Amino acid sequence: MSPSKMKNYRAASWDEPLVMQMGSEGRRGAILPSTEPGIVEVVGKGINLVSPSMRRDRLPILPELSEFEVERHYIHLSQQTMGMMGVSLFGTCTMKYNPRVSENLVYQPFISQLHPLQHEDTLQGVLEIVYRFDELLRELSGMSKFVFQAGGGADAAYTQTCITRAYHASRGQLGQRNEIITTAQAHPSSPATAAAAGFKVITLPLEADGYASVEALRAVVSSRTAALMVNNPDDIGIYNPHIKEWVDIVHEAGGLCFYDHANFNGLMTRVRAAELGFDACMFMLHKTFGGPKGGGGPAVGAYGCTEALVPFLPGPLIKKDANGKFVLEKEGPLSIGRVREFWGNVPVVIRAYAWTRAMGAEGLRDAANISVLANNYMEKRLLEIPGVTKGLPELTKRRLEMTRYSLGELTAETGVSTLDVQNRMTDFGVDAYWLSHEPWFIPEPFTPEAGELWSVEDIDYWIDVLAHVCQEARDTPEIVKSSPHNQVVHKMDGSGLNDPSKWATTWRAYLRKYPDRTR
Amino acid sequence: MTKASPTEPIAHPYMANSNVGNFQHMMKVAGVSNVEELFEQIPPDHITKREFNLGPVLSSESSLYRHMNDILRKSTSCEDSLNFLGAGCWQHYVPAICDEMVTRAEFLTPVWGTPSSDHGRSQAWFEFASQLGELVGMEFVGLPVYSFGTAGGHAIRMAVRLTKRFKVLLPRSLDPERLAVIKSYCSLPELAGYIEIVSVAIEEASGRINLEDLKKKLGTDVAAVYFDNPSYLGVVESEAKEVSRLAHECGAEVIVGVDPISLGILTPPSEYGADIVVGTTQPLGVHMNCGGGVGGFIATRDEERYAREYPTLQVSLASTSVEGEMAFGLTLFEQSSYGSREQGKDWTGNSVYLWAIANAVYMSLMGPQGFRDIGTSIIERSHFAASRIDSIPGLKVLWAEGFFKEFIVNFDKSTLDVEVINGRLRKLGIFGGKDLTSDFPELGKSALYCVTEIHTEEDIDRLVQALEEAVK
Repeated sequence: MSPSKMKNYRAASWDEPLVMQMGSEGRRGAILPSTEPGIVEVVGKGINLVSPSMRRDRLPILPELSEFEVERHYIHLSQQTMGMMGVSLFGTCTMKYNPRVSENLVYQPFISQLHPLQHEDTLQGVLEIVYRFDELLRELSGMSKFVFQAGGGADAAYTQTCITRAYHASRGQLGQRNEIITTAQAHPSSPATAAAAGFKVITLPLEADGYASVEALRAVVSSRTAALMVNNPDDIGIYNPHIKEWVDIVHEAGGLCFYDHANFNGLMTRVRAAELGFDACMFMLHKTFGGPKGGGGPAVGAYGCTEALVPFLPGPLIKKDANGKFVLEKEGPLSIGRVREFWGNVPVVIRAYAWTRAMGAEGLRDAANISVLANNYMEKRLLEIPGVTKGLPELTKRRLEMTRYSLGELTAETGVSTLDVQNRMTDFGVDAYWLSHEPWFIPEPFTPEAGELWSVEDIDYWIDVLAHVCQEARDTPEIVKSSPHNQVVHKMDGSGLNDPSKWATTWRAYLRKYPDRTR
Repeated sequence: MTKASPTEPIAHPYMANSNVGNFQHMMKVAGVSNVEELFEQIPPDHITKREFNLGPVLSSESSLYRHMNDILRKSTSCEDSLNFLGAGCWQHYVPAICDEMVTRAEFLTPVWGTPSSDHGRSQAWFEFASQLGELVGMEFVGLPVYSFGTAGGHAIRMAVRLTKRFKVLLPRSLDPERLAVIKSYCSLPELAGYIEIVSVAIEEASGRINLEDLKKKLGTDVAAVYFDNPSYLGVVESEAKEVSRLAHECGAEVIVGVDPISLGILTPPSEYGADIVVGTTQPLGVHMNCGGGVGGFIATRDEERYAREYPTLQVSLASTSVEGEMAFGLTLFEQSSYGSREQGKDWTGNSVYLWAIANAVYMSLMGPQGFRDIGTSIIERSHFAASRIDSIPGLKVLWAEGFFKEFIVNFDKSTLDVEVINGRLRKLGIFGGKDLTSDFPELGKSALYCVTEIHTEEDIDRLVQALEEAVK
C-alpha cells in the first residue's frame, strides 16, 4: 500500500479579534419590540418598577455590533475550528455521523418550543418518542426502565451514586455501606461522583491480564460495600471475562453493580447488561447513539436499571397508560428526586431515537462489527510504524472498538512527545487524537477509535499522517516540537495557566492583569 | 435488501465501510476470516441469544422523517398556544443567528480538539465567560454546568469546602425542582460530608427573605446563605445587601442565583455582596427544548481562594510561541475530576458547552442597550399583565410590587382549583401559569405566571378574557 500524499492543508485564520474588542458605541445587533402605549399608560416606565436599591446604575460593558457583524464574527470563529471536519478518530468518544434530518426536526416548534411543564395532553408526540426510545434501550440492555435526566455520562454516574445512597438508606444500611469499588481503568467520573456523593472510593489496580483480578476484588468486598462501578471493555479495548463473577461477588456482599456502558459501540447487540447480572447501566447518547457532541454537551447519560431499582429513579417517569396515552408520573417516596431540572436534554433523545431507528437492529450489529474490525485493521497498520507500540502488547487477543498505543519508544529516541505528535498531525488536516485519562499508565499514549463512520480512505490517511510525523520526529524533530505550523494559531504557551497572577478566564480579568493591553 | 453473507454489512449512509469491498479489504488486512473472531475476548456465555426487535429499519431519510414528523406533530407547542409557564424554563425570543451558530457543524459535532486546531470554539467559550462576567460583575467564570440547580449544588459544595462548615440556609421561596437537585448534591446524613439544608422563612407581606428568621438561623456553623434574585416566585430581593451583610458577619459565603436576562436593569449580585454567583443560561439564546435547553454557570471574584474550588473546566487567555498572538487553554485542569479522579473538586464531564456558544452570540447581539431594553420590556409587560389580572373579580396578584418576569396569581376566591382553571385555559389555547398549590400550600390556590418580551398587549388581553371566562 503506498502512503497517502500529505494534504497541503492550511487552517482558516481570520486573525479574528475578541468580540469585546469590536464594535462602536451605539451600534445595535438586536432591537426589542417597543412596549405598547397601552402598557406604558398602566405601568409607567419600567425602571421605576424596580426598587431603587436594586436598579443597575451602569450598563454592562458588552460589545456594540450590528447584526451582520455578530454573524460574521461567529462564522469566522466556526471556520477557525477544525471541529471534526478533518478526520477525527477520537477514542472513547466514538465520533459518529450526526444526521442533519434530526437537526431539522429538533429545531421545529414541536420540540424547540415545548415547555416541560405543559400538561401531558399537549406533549403526546415528544412523550411518545422518549418512551419509545426507553423501549429500544430496554431491548438492547435488558433493563426495565430508562431515564434521561442526567446531563451527561458523569451525571448518569452521579445518578447511580444517588440511587446507591437511597437504596441502602431504604434498607437501613447506608451508615455501614459507605464504600464504592471501581477500577483504575474506569472513567474518572465513576470515582469522582462516588466521592462527591459521600462514599469512600476503592480503586482496584490494573493487573497483568489487563484488568483487576477476581482475587483483588474479593479482598476489598465486604459488608461495607455499597456498589461496584465499572466499564467493560475499558478504554484500552480490553474486556474483563470475569465480569459475571465480579457481579456475583458484589451481589453476595449486598452491593449494587453499575455498568458504565458510555461507549457501547463494540458490544451492541452482543452483550446485554442485565444478562450479565448488572443492576443498572448507562449509555451516552452521543457516544453510541448518534447524538452530536457539541464540543461537550448538551449530552444525555441514559440511565437504566432493573425493576428493583425503579422506585429510586429520579422523576418524573414517562409511562404509557392502559389507553395508550403517555403520562408523566410523579416520582414515588423512595425516589432520589432530581439530579437535574426537568426530564433531560430532550432534543438529544429525539436524535438518538431517530439514529437508532435509521440503523435498525442489523445496522447496530453491522456498526459493532465494522467498528471492531476497523480497530483491528488499524492495529495491523499502526504497529508497522517504527516507534508505535501497543499498550499491554503481551495481551494478544483481538481488542474491541479501540486500543491504546504508546509513542514511548519514539519519545525516548527523539524527544518528541505524544502531545507534539498530536499537534503536528493537526497540521495535515487531522483532528486531535485522544491521549488517555489521567493518570497515564501507558507512556506517551494515544487512543484512536475509527467507529463505523470513517472510511478506509480516512483511516489510511490518518495512519499515514502519523507515520509521516513519526518520521519527521527523527529527521526534523524541531518541526514537530514547535508545531503546529498550519493551524489557526501557533503552539500555546501554557505556563501561566495555573498562575493566579496570569490566568484570565474573562476579558475584564485580562485587562486588569495586563494593563498594557489597550481596549 | 439481502446480504451476500450473514456477517457482511448492508451498505448504510451512516457507515462508509459498510460496502462489501471495504469490509472485505479490512478483513483481509486484519487477517480475519470470520467476524466473530474479533470478539474472542468475550466469553460465549456473555453473548446474548436475543433476537432484537427494534422495529422496522428506517434507513431511508424520507421514511425516517415521515415517521418522526408524524409522531412529533402530536404535541402542541408554545407557538401553537399562548404560553405563560416559566418556573425554571422560560420562553424568550431566540435570535436566528443563535440557531445558525449552534447548528454549524464545526460547533455542533466535535469533541475536544487542541488550543490551536479548535481555537475558534475556545474563543467563543472565552467570549461567553467574559460577557457573562460583565453581566454579573465577576471576573472568574467557569464553563457552563448542566443547569441552574446543579450550579447551585456545586456552589454550595464550594462554600462547604471553603468554610469547612456543613450547614446552608436557603429561603422557603426556592424552586422545588431546583431544591430537589440541590438536595441530591448535599448527600445523606448517614454519610461523611452531609450538608444540612435549613429553610429560611419569607415575609408574608412581600415574599422576600424574612430577615428576622435569617438572623435566628445564622451562626458560625453556617457555610453559606443561598438565595435567588429574583426568587423563583418572581420577587426581587431588595434587601439583598442586608442579607449578605448578615451572612458575612457569621463568616458565611453568600451565593446568589440570577437570571442574567434581568441584569440590564437589576443590580449585579457582585454589588450587593455575592461571593459566588450562579444562574441559568437558558434565557440567553437557547430554546426551551422541553426542558432540554437548561444550563447553568458559576462565577466569582478572581481570587485564588475561590478559583481553587471550581469543579468546572474553564478557558483562560494564554500566549503562543508567536509574539502578540492569543490562544486559549484550560486553567486549573488538575483540580477537575479529569485531572484528579476522586481527589478532584466534585466532578465534571460533558455539560452544555454548545449552549455557551448560543449564549455568547446572544450577549453580543444584545449589547448593553439590548439588555437594558429587554429587562425593561419584561418588567413592563409582566407588571401590566399582573395589574390586569388583579383587576379580574375574584383573582388576586400576590406581592404585586417588586417582581421581575414572574408573579403569583391567587385563585382562593374561586371555587375552582388551579388545575381545573388551567384545563379551561388550555381549551382556549392558553397554557396557564405553573400550579403552586401543592408545592406552596401556604399561598393557597396559586399559580406562577411568566410574562416576557414576547407577550404583546393583545396576548395579555386574550389571557385576561380567558381567565375571566375560566373562573366563571
